[in-house]
Amino acid sequence: MSKGSPISPSLMATKLPGHGAVAESPVPNTPAGVSAVQGPNNVVVPTPMTGSEAIVRSLEELGVKDVFGLPGGAILPTYDPLLASSLNHILVRHEQGAGHAAEGYAQVTGKVGVCIATSGPGATNLVTAIMDAHMDSVPMVAITGQVSSGVIGTDAFQEADIVGITMPITKHSYLVTNPNDIPRVLAEAFHLAATGRPGPVLVDVAKDAQQAQMTFSWPPTIDLPGYRPVFRGHSKQLREAARLIATAKRPVFYVGGGVLKAHASSELLALAELAGAPVVTTLMARGAFPDSHAQHVGMPGMHGSVSAVTALQQSDLLITLGARFDDRVTGVLNTFAPGAKIIHADIDPAEISKNRTADVPIVGSVKEIIPDLTQAVQLEFEQVGKPDLTDWWTFLNNLRDTYPLGWTEPDDGLVAPQRVIKRIGELTGPEAVYVSGVGQHQMWSSQFIQYERPHSWLNSGGAGTMGYSVPAAMGAKVGNPDRVVWAIDGDGCFQMTNQELATCAINRIPIKVAVINNSSLGMVRQWQTLFYEGRYSNTDLNTGHDTMRIPDFVKLADAYGCVGLRCERAEDIDATIEAALAINDRPVVIDFVVSPNSMVWPMVPAGVSNDQIQVARNLTPVWEEED
Amino acid sequence: MTRHTLSVLVEDKPGVLTRVASLFARRAFNINSLAVGPTEVPGVSRMTVVVDAEGDLIEQVTKQLNKLINVIKIVELVAENSVQRDHILVKVRADAATRLQVTQAADLFRASVVDVSTDSLTIEATGHPEKLSALLNVLEPFGVREIVQSGTLAIGRGSRSMSDRALRTLSA
Repeated sequence: MSKGSPISPSLMATKLPGHGAVAESPVPNTPAGVSAVQGPNNVVVPTPMTGSEAIVRSLEELGVKDVFGLPGGAILPTYDPLLASSLNHILVRHEQGAGHAAEGYAQVTGKVGVCIATSGPGATNLVTAIMDAHMDSVPMVAITGQVSSGVIGTDAFQEADIVGITMPITKHSYLVTNPNDIPRVLAEAFHLAATGRPGPVLVDVAKDAQQAQMTFSWPPTIDLPGYRPVFRGHSKQLREAARLIATAKRPVFYVGGGVLKAHASSELLALAELAGAPVVTTLMARGAFPDSHAQHVGMPGMHGSVSAVTALQQSDLLITLGARFDDRVTGVLNTFAPGAKIIHADIDPAEISKNRTADVPIVGSVKEIIPDLTQAVQLEFEQVGKPDLTDWWTFLNNLRDTYPLGWTEPDDGLVAPQRVIKRIGELTGPEAVYVSGVGQHQMWSSQFIQYERPHSWLNSGGAGTMGYSVPAAMGAKVGNPDRVVWAIDGDGCFQMTNQELATCAINRIPIKVAVINNSSLGMVRQWQTLFYEGRYSNTDLNTGHDTMRIPDFVKLADAYGCVGLRCERAEDIDATIEAALAINDRPVVIDFVVSPNSMVWPMVPAGVSNDQIQVARNLTPVWEEED
Repeated sequence: MTRHTLSVLVEDKPGVLTRVASLFARRAFNINSLAVGPTEVPGVSRMTVVVDAEGDLIEQVTKQLNKLINVIKIVELVAENSVQRDHILVKVRADAATRLQVTQAADLFRASVVDVSTDSLTIEATGHPEKLSALLNVLEPFGVREIVQSGTLAIGRGSRSMSDRALRTLSA
């Protein structure tokens, strides 16, 4: 009895089987008893084959349909059996494109995205996408070739220690030198990528392991003694959360991307409607709760709506579901929601109390927690009655009415970028998928497009990866071929990864790209305007109105076999969008020439409290109106 | 800063030490010492990590360690309920004139002489870090030429084994 004590009960819950039933079925959102090995679990009797045949066969057995990649020396053996396989391999033009495409594919399908690259530079070109997937918890398996095991460590041609390089940005990684390990390692990689808190897993396979003979059988036995994610929330914590919800005067649902990862939107709707509390959806959770719903008060954070930011600031109870108190949401942490008690439900115990101490921590999948909580809240309401939130709603509705999202027309006569984005959303509708890059156009896309369904909005949130949009949209279109997929990109972002237009054109992946062309690195320029006295150091890209127009995006689109359109006047916006929507056999690129002077508002400047939110430059809401 | 001793059972897989060490580096946690070795369970290694951390940070350290797939179990060993030992080898200047004094000093700390030459002695000692630092203080005046020290090893008092439960889970 004197063996030292665990740090906290929540910690022990992560590694020790709590609920017997849960320990037996470690795959979330699947009935108990389902194998941890993904796919149909066909039985394959021991069959001799090469390691590379085993890679391809394992992917097939895991249920993979589409993969994105680019071959090279160390992965060459695997590309040979790929030619004869059922896998649809999409040859990208840069490995980063394969990585983001796998992310886009994963996010719209809920399946693990797969990307393949060769050793050395091929593998390092995946690094940005792997980091992006890590920050946004995207299930992805990256397969890389490695030099032969005999020369590992000798600085061989195209050798890079990609396992070492990606160690901090993967959920887990493997170096395979024994071909007999291939089926098990791939099954484990898919299991790790998809379950618990999803994330990228790297599988680096030495060339000689691909070439050697092995004996393949399926399904393999997964051996992960240290991996036991918890799915069911603790019942005592759930009752305590329900008690707080029943007594709170100013509760808010703070909904993060975890709700989308867990496919728990319908469960969220039921809980939110039962509780009657306002809902905010973070940048990663847009679409997890319908924007048109009366209880949705907006997106919180640095460029959130006044109603959403203020709802959190003034709240007395945050019901946090799959969100992580990111600095872009909280502003200066110790001034964030100062009067709120915190219920924090997350599948990753390390997120709980990392930034903000939770009063009621609940470790588990929100897919399980939300319905259990709904039941507990129902019970609580039956006993103590439903709280009266009338005053709270009066306050928030007043904010919504007084400070709606909007924009001022630019003073240079050029088109307002917000108008372009708003019209794209209105003319295309909620069934489409919208994929943005990073910067001003990303914020406007999150603000001015109405998201009504989960997985209709993809962006690079945690990593902020410029260049995400085109390849991720490509992956999303492969995953959702029947949906319209818009890449809403900036002129800066677009120039980082637009080579994938070739991939899209050749493989008939007809995405639509709206380049919101303000001829500059717009978000950086906005900060230079606001915080660096308008000294525009290295933010002018010369792609817009009255510039050299290098490159000419219409000609570039044409060169890539896409339809190129240009729109420079507000009155042409609708016709141009409609023209793009009418083309379904090729990718379309629209150069929307817009004003460089438009800024993203509201804004909470970096380093200040969310109470200092500005609805326009130097204009802070009038809080006296509160009463 | 408070000192915490964590016993970490890990799968004996390539790279696991790197994973643990790099986690500490990237999360800006301070490792005071680290000792790794095999356990009574084949395929399972045990790391003893001594961490300097303020208040809540140790909980974050443990949670982040738990996220590593190869980490099977973590227990914090507190001083009252555990035995904690460091191991040290010290090469001290000692000629015919001082050799006796040095060996007597070593005796006082139940340290043993493991090597001798005409002008030096190598002393081996085991103990709590405080004891070893007291030993070093006593040896200092003779002239310490070289020190090599292990990380802290720690084990819980009493009959229970840390790997019992981990083992059961492994075989389940």
